[in-house]
Order: sequence, then C-alpha cells, then structure tokens
Amino acid sequence: MSRFKAFLLLFLALFSVTASIKVEELNEEFTEALLLRPLPDRKVLAHFHFRSSAPPSQRYGRHHHIFPKSIHQLVHKFQVREMELSFTQGRWNYERWGGFDPISSCNAKPPGVELWAEFDVPQNQVDDSWKNLAHALSGLFCASINFLERSTSYSAPHWSFGSASGKLRYGTLPREAVCTENLTPWLKLLPCRDKAGLSSLMDRPSTYQGYYHSQRLHLKSDESDASETSTGIVLEQTLTVVLRPETFSEKALQPNWSLSSLFGRSVSGKCSLSSSSNVYVQFEQNLVSAGDKLREVSEASENAISVGEGFQDNPLFELSHPPKRVIRESGNFQKAGSILYEFSVEDSNEFKPFDLRLNWKAPVAWSSPQAPLQASRFLLGSGNERGAIAISMKSTRSTNNVEGTGGYDENECWLRVGIFQMVPWYVKVYYHTLKLFLDGEPQSSTENIEKILVSPSEDKVSTGVMELILRLPCSVRTAALTLEFDKGFLHIDEYPPDANQGFDIPSAVILFADFVANMSLHENSLKQVPILSKLQEEVPVISYTEVLLVPLTTPDFSMPYNVITITCTVFALYFGSILNALRRRISEEEKLLSRKGARKASPLTLMISKLTAKLRGKPWEPPEPSDLAGRSSSKYKLVAKVALVAGVAAAWQLYFQ
Amino acid sequence: MEDRSTTGSWRNKLGFWKWAIASVLFRLILTYFSKNLNLSSRPEVSTPLTSLRRLAEGYWLKQLSMSPYSGSMYHGSPLLLSILGPLTVKKIGGLSSELLCSLVSVVADFISAILIRATGTSLVRAHLRNWKSLGLDKLSKGNEVVPSGDIAALVYLWNPFTIVSCIGFNTSAIENMFVVMSLYGASAGLVPLAAFGWVVSSHLSLYPIVLVIPVVFLLGYGLDAPPRKLFALSNLQGGEKRSTDHAELNSLNDKFSKTNFSWWRVIIFFLWASVWTSYVLIMCVISMKEYGGLGEMFKRTYGFILAIEDLSPNIGVLWYFFAEVFDFFRNFFLIVFHVNILFMILPLAIRLNHRPCFLAFVYLAVSSMLKSYPSVGDSALYLSLLVLFVNELAEMQFTFFLFCGYVGISLLSPVMHNLWIWRGTGNANFYFATAIGYACFQIILVVESVSAMLNHDRKIRKLCNKV
Repeated sequence: MSRFKAFLLLFLALFSVTASIKVEELNEEFTEALLLRPLPDRKVLAHFHFRSSAPPSQRYGRHHHIFPKSIHQLVHKFQVREMELSFTQGRWNYERWGGFDPISSCNAKPPGVELWAEFDVPQNQVDDSWKNLAHALSGLFCASINFLERSTSYSAPHWSFGSASGKLRYGTLPREAVCTENLTPWLKLLPCRDKAGLSSLMDRPSTYQGYYHSQRLHLKSDESDASETSTGIVLEQTLTVVLRPETFSEKALQPNWSLSSLFGRSVSGKCSLSSSSNVYVQFEQNLVSAGDKLREVSEASENAISVGEGFQDNPLFELSHPPKRVIRESGNFQKAGSILYEFSVEDSNEFKPFDLRLNWKAPVAWSSPQAPLQASRFLLGSGNERGAIAISMKSTRSTNNVEGTGGYDENECWLRVGIFQMVPWYVKVYYHTLKLFLDGEPQSSTENIEKILVSPSEDKVSTGVMELILRLPCSVRTAALTLEFDKGFLHIDEYPPDANQGFDIPSAVILFADFVANMSLHENSLKQVPILSKLQEEVPVISYTEVLLVPLTTPDFSMPYNVITITCTVFALYFGSILNALRRRISEEEKLLSRKGARKASPLTLMISKLTAKLRGKPWEPPEPSDLAGRSSSKYKLVAKVALVAGVAAAWQLYFQ
Repeated sequence: MEDRSTTGSWRNKLGFWKWAIASVLFRLILTYFSKNLNLSSRPEVSTPLTSLRRLAEGYWLKQLSMSPYSGSMYHGSPLLLSILGPLTVKKIGGLSSELLCSLVSVVADFISAILIRATGTSLVRAHLRNWKSLGLDKLSKGNEVVPSGDIAALVYLWNPFTIVSCIGFNTSAIENMFVVMSLYGASAGLVPLAAFGWVVSSHLSLYPIVLVIPVVFLLGYGLDAPPRKLFALSNLQGGEKRSTDHAELNSLNDKFSKTNFSWWRVIIFFLWASVWTSYVLIMCVISMKEYGGLGEMFKRTYGFILAIEDLSPNIGVLWYFFAEVFDFFRNFFLIVFHVNILFMILPLAIRLNHRPCFLAFVYLAVSSMLKSYPSVGDSALYLSLLVLFVNELAEMQFTFFLFCGYVGISLLSPVMHNLWIWRGTGNANFYFATAIGYACFQIILVVESVSAMLNHDRKIRKLCNKV
C-alpha cells in the first residue's frame, strides 16, 4: 500500500513537472530595448521598443501576469486582428534622418493620431467594430480618437495598408495635440510603467522638447483561429524620439552625448519582469563607411596595424561601456553594412547606473539612406474658391548611395510608387483633372498609372480616397501629380470653434512596394531578440507627406437670426405683392362687384353695407332691385355650398374615426 | 428689358438675320478666349447642377465603371452625361474639349432664339387677329404693332447673361432650349414637340414641370388673347348691331368662347407626354442599370435640388439661409420655400388663363427666382420671354429702374464675391446683400409685369365697352 502511495506520489510529481513545463512554454513575455542612433544633423534618435505577448486564451486562460488586461479585452471584444495606433508630434525629416531603414518606414508617422485596424468580423460589422474600437481607444488613451468614429473621417483602403481583405479601416486626426496625458496611459500598459527599466528614461520635459516624438502601439492577434500554431496577442509599443544633445563641443565635431544628457536620467537596472533589456547603438552604413575611409587614411599615415573590429580603436568615436556584442549587418555591393553595438543594462543598479556615453573623436559628415523618391505635397492656387493639391516627388539617386535593393537596371527599369491619399469631403476633388508630370513634362496618365482606385467623397457622408500605383522610369528626376479641387461651404454648425484656422488634409502615404527596408543580419540567434527580429522584418518603404492646411471660407457666424428674418421678409414681399397684384380691383370693377353683391344681399349684409357707408362718410346707395329668378338660383347655390361643406366635414370626421 | 425693346425697332429694320449671325460670331470669338475669361468657375454662371466640369467628373467616374453620382459631384441627368460626356474628353484636331461644349451651347442658343422668334410672330399674329375680332383694330391704328418675336430673339441672343452662360461651360443653354421648345410646340400646335420639350426640360432641371399648366392652356384655348368674356360680349353687341345672319362672325367668336376648350389636344398631349416620359425613363434605366437604377438617379438629381445639399454661394438667397439656419428648422423651411413656388401656381393660373404664354413667363420667372441653384442663364430666358409681350406691356412701370437694378446687381455681385472669396476683405453678408437685392428686383419685375398685363386687359375691356 505504502509502495503504491509512493508510486502515486511519484507519478503526480512527474505529472506536475510536465504540466509546469507546458505552462512555461505558454508563458507571457515582456522585453524592452532601446536603440540609439546618431543622426547626420547633430541629433540623436532614440527608439524605445517594448514587446509583450500573451499566449492564446483558449489554452492559457484569461488571466495575465504581465500582459495588459485592457488590451486583451479590447482584442476580444472587437475581434481585432491587427491594429496600429500612433500619436505623433513633429514631422519626420526624411531628407536628413533617412527614409530607407526599418525605423523610418515603421515609426515615421504623420502628425497627430493615426489609427488603422483590421477586424476579424463579417464584412457588414466592420464599421460598427471600428466605431466601438475608436471609442474604446479614446477612453483608454485620453485622446479624441472618438472623432474617428464619424464616417467622414475614416476610410477603407484597399491595397495601401496590410492585406486587401476589405476589413481594414484607416483614419487620421492631423490636429490632435499629443502630450503627456497620452503618454501616461501608454506607459500604464507596460508592466514596470516608468518606474524601472528603460522606460524610466522617459523624463517628460526632455522627451517632449525633442524635434520629433511618436508613440506607437501595434498589436497583432491570431486569437480567432484555434490552431496550435497561433501565437496569441503580440503587443508592440514603441516610442521614437529625435533629440538634440545639449552639450558643447567643437563646431566641426558631432555633439557628444550620454543617456543622462539626452534624457536627464540614466538607467538603474532593468525592469525585473522583462526577459531581456538591452540598449543598442546603431551606426548607419554611410557613417560606418566614412569611418572605414578615415581609418584607412590614418593607417596609411601612421603605418599602424588594424586590430579589426574593436570599438576602442575606432578613429571616429568612443563608447564609454564595452559592448556585449557587435552586430554587423551584412552589407551589399561589398560595402560595409550598419553596425549595432549591444549593451545590457542587467548589471547596473541604483549605485552604478548605466549611463552610456558617446564621444566623437573626429569630425565626420554622412547622409542617411534615402527612399528612392522624396515626396512632398503642397497646395496650388489662392483664394477660397478652388485650388489644387500637388504631390511632387524628387529622385534621390544623386545623393543616394544605396543603389536600391529592388534592383536598378538601366535599360528596362521601372519604379513602382504607390500613393494613398485621403481627402475630407469639404475638399471636393475633381479626379478627372489628375495630371502627371515627369521631369516637368505633362504625361498621358494612362501610360504611367498602373492601377488606380478612386472612391470619391460623398457630401457629409464619407471621405474621398484615391489609391494609385505609378510606374515611373528609373531615370526620372522629378515626378509631380496634381489634382484640382473646389472648396466646399459648410453649415455653420459644421465649422470647428476656430474656423478661420483652416482644415487639415491628412498626409498622403507614399509606398515603395518594390523596396524593402530591413537589416540583413545573418546570425539566426539574433531572431530571438524582438527588436532585432523587428529590424530584420521585411517592410515596404513608406513615407508620409506633409499635412495640408486648407483655409475654407466662413459665413458670418453672428448672423443666423438676421439671415432668417431678412430672407423670410423677401419671401413675404414676393408672396404678398403678387397676391395683391392678382386680386386687386380697380374702382369700376369694384362698383360692378358691389352691385352684384348687393343683388344677392341678405338683410344682414345690407345693414353692414349701410354701416360701412356711414363710417366711410359716403352716401349709401341702395341695391338695385333684382329679378327673383336670379335670387332664387343664388339661394340654391348657397344651399348647395353649405351642403358640400357639411358633407366634406362629415367625411373628414368619418375618415378619422 | 423694356427700353431695349423701344430701341429694337430700328434693329429689326436692319434685318434680324444680320444681328443673329453677328451674335453667333461674337459668341464664337468669345469662345476662343473662354479659357482666359474663366467664366466656368463663376458662381453666377455655373451651378452645381449645370456645371460641365462636374459633368466631366461624372463621365470620368462612369468610364471607371463607377456610378457617375458617386462622390456628390454630378447631379444632372444620365442622358446628358452620355451625350455631352464624350465631348468633355475628346480633342479633335487641336480643338479643346471646352470649345466643343461651347459650340453645343452656341447651337442651342441659336435654336432657342429661332424658336422664340417663331413663337413671337405667332403671338403678334394672334394679337392682331384678336383686336380685329374685337373691333379694336381701327382704334389702334396710331400705335403700330411691334414684331416682338424678332426683338425677343435678338434680346435673347445679345443679352449679356445669355452670352456669359453660353461661354461659361455649362448646360443651362440646353435646358433653356428644351423649355422654349415646349412653349413653341404648344403655341404652334405641335403636340408631340410640346410634350417632348416639357418632358425633357423637367427631366433636366425639375422646375419646368410647372409649365404643364400654360402648355395645357395653350393647347386648349390657343394663343394669348384678351379675356374670353369680352369676345362673348362683343359677339352679343355685334349681334345687336349687325344682323344675326352673320354666321361666320359667330363661328369666329365661338372659337373663343369658354366652352371651346379642346380636350382632345390636351389628351393627346398627355398621351405624348407619357410616351416621352417612359422613353426618357427607359433610357435612364438602361444607363443607370449598374449604378443603382432610377431610385439612385432621382435621389441624386431631384433629391439634390429639393434638399439644397450644396451650400456654395450663388445668386439665389437659399444657400446662405440654409448655411445659417438651425438644423432642426431645416426641413420646415425647405418645405416652406418649395411650397412658395407651388402656392402661386393656382392664383396665377386662374387670373391669367387667357394668356398662357405670359403665364409661362411668370412661372419661369418665379421658379428662377426661388429655385435652389439659380444662375443667370435662367434670368436670360425669362427676360427674353418678357420681351415677347412688348405690345401688351408697353405701359409697365419702373422699367428703367429695373434695368438699372439688373445692371447694378450684375456689376456689384462679382465685386462682392471677389472681396469675400478671393481677397478675404469682405464677408459673406456683402455677397448675400447683392443676392437679396437681386431677388427684390426680380420680385418687382414679376409683380409689375403681372399687374401691367392685368391693366392691359382692363384697358381692352374699357375699349370694348366704348365700342
């Protein structure tokens, strides 16, 4: 018996061990990372990356240790398959900060709020889900995302975002002011908030005084398909900031910086809930090759022997901490790729904070990799009646050292550019006026437009969307697209409180679908680290254009009562004067009529006519004697009229009973 | 206007055709410069309903196999789209699309002028005949009868409003042509033509639907005449004066007596109207088959007219009213303003049933004053129809004042629009004030012409009594 008991215990213990292993497989995970990158214009890009994931709830249950419950509920309630929400202030400077790397493609967002979401519901419920989601997010992030609920502010793009399932909705609020009240709820979703780990760097004043600030939340869920391979919900939160180090250095040198000088704080230990907590410093390809050149020169002059991949002997810069590892991107065209230095903050603590410092040793100038075309958008025309939107794209080939991963072939080479443009309804676009200019020459649009999809805006109902794919020859220097529009006139209630400021047209999205912005890191083990796997992901090169401000004519807001009364007076004038002209009688006719009337007169009307004559001071003319026949016929007529009216009244009564 | 008509007498001596051809040439010359004049963007000239630019957008959408009405741009008829649409994109031998469309407008204007002239000559003939039958021809020896048709046609051709709307890249010339066609058909007794004009014009712009009353009167009673009672009276007096065996005179007068309403022609008219209506509707069904059918068409054309969805400024008063009025009163005022047109139909029809052509003029003037998207093209039509009644309205009051008013408004309105929209130094009230002024002048014109016509009838009655 005791042996059996022991056996049973052993079995139970074994079972529990296997069970616990299975639970571990399905664990929630949280990682944090910070990527720092010096930018060519003496600024520094800081990119925080937090990733939390929850296993599918069918196998794991509904209770979470780390994963934010609100997001889990959101995903379940609205059946969100994929969603991205970004709050941005400032505009990403594609020219200086680059437009051909994963960070600019994923994290350079239009100003204000941008939200897109794809749902896993039947087609007819997508709009409802979107509206509910907008309201929920509005409450969750203390922002006026609920304005995206109106059908006039979102659209259903077909190709430009995600998959072409038709269940995707996209909306932006260009004028939304982004501030700490949006950051705080966003930080709340992190297990350590901003109390520990890398997020403790987010000192509000230093974060918000940057040149660009974009907080983004991306979640992907495959909860709905119950297969074994589903990964549950993955929530990715990024904060991208462009800061200017406040240090004094020589004019020619790039500014030296440290974490504490950038953020005013330094990291004291990792968030204990995160499974990895790394800081990366990235040096762009062009910077690396500039460094290599410099090194070659110095080697030639000093006859020194190259040590190799050390960071200490780098002639350009000096890092205060030794990196945990150095990750080199496998470059293309025999050029060096960008370099990532990885640092771990795990061994730092309150007494020995991690304060990474970068000192420049030699002056260097480089440029960031550019997207094949640099797009900008502007308005043409003046006045408040009509205008035109122009999207101009300038080739960056002369400045672009990356000769394209899409492959430039000089003979038969085409550049495919996707454009997604959303226009609110009060900007009434004439899509037939779409004109394309290549190098300043007008083109017949059919030749260069590969695909076009227009869903024009409907007044007060929906926004206008234009999606098109241009097919441009690679040798093109400039391409421009113009669209004429009329400015709409709104009802006074539809103007926002500050009507004279103008209305915003959301950014256009320029998509280079043939080009992929990713870092090609060869080591497979690097895929384990979320931020590195994110950098290796193949994402199409995307850039956003400027937001346009369209001033619209305003009516006089103080006038409603005046307008109503004056217009009604005019109408009364019309009605009254025409009716008067029609029924006016001139003296002779009047006499004739009064004679007629008197002929039919009863004693009562006789008396009245006498009275009025007296009042008027005229001598009363007695009615002429009339023939009896006429009198009797008029009497019959009167009787008939009375009978008719009585009949109508009776019928009316019957009908309503 | 009236003072034009007085100067018109020397014109017709020079020859109608010379001036008509000169006006066409003038139009062609202006058409050549239409790009520089840029009249198509003027709010006075092209409305959301008539703008050919919007039609081009609708045609473009249709070419992309989308509903031409998607996008609240185009609000016209689908038939017009398939006729004029190809012209907006075609380029033949260097002729731009605008030139082609303007040529269509020039042709339409010329046809309407010819039809107005024909109507006018028959009106003058009827006028002379009536005076003769009333025995007033000897009295009116002194003042000769003016050939009002020629003058009206020339006024139509040379009216700056017509010229501007002809070059202004819009469809109002075509709409006007169908209205005139229906009137001409009714006055000449061409029942199918009258029905065709009426059906097509009301299909294009809804408001000419009220013209059914004057057209029925025209077909039933014949052309404009003094009140029918007078004929009976003169018949009676003539019977007393002359011997009763004047059978032919009796028959002549019987023609005008009240019992002689030719129901037969009216029934034929309605038969033809139903034939044309079904024809037009079937054509619409065919062209709208893939885009939501007739329901969609009515919603986007008539619905757009009746609901006044577009609040962009025009020379009417309703755009500003509905831009300012409180939302929960909107439906009430929509009903009030549309009913204002309908309310006047019956009193006018009762009082002016013996003058159907004049009744048509009054209806057109009233509807172009109160319609939701008026343009100067509408004014051009009723002003030239007004000239058809030069002989009857010779004693109309305030004509010089009205002429000055029209000139003043047409000069001030663009200035105010420019100040408000382009320079930003004025505001909406400036432009609205000119619109109100314009509405007032139109009201005065209508009221004065109606009372002048009624006075004319009184004068005839007096003369008859004297005779």
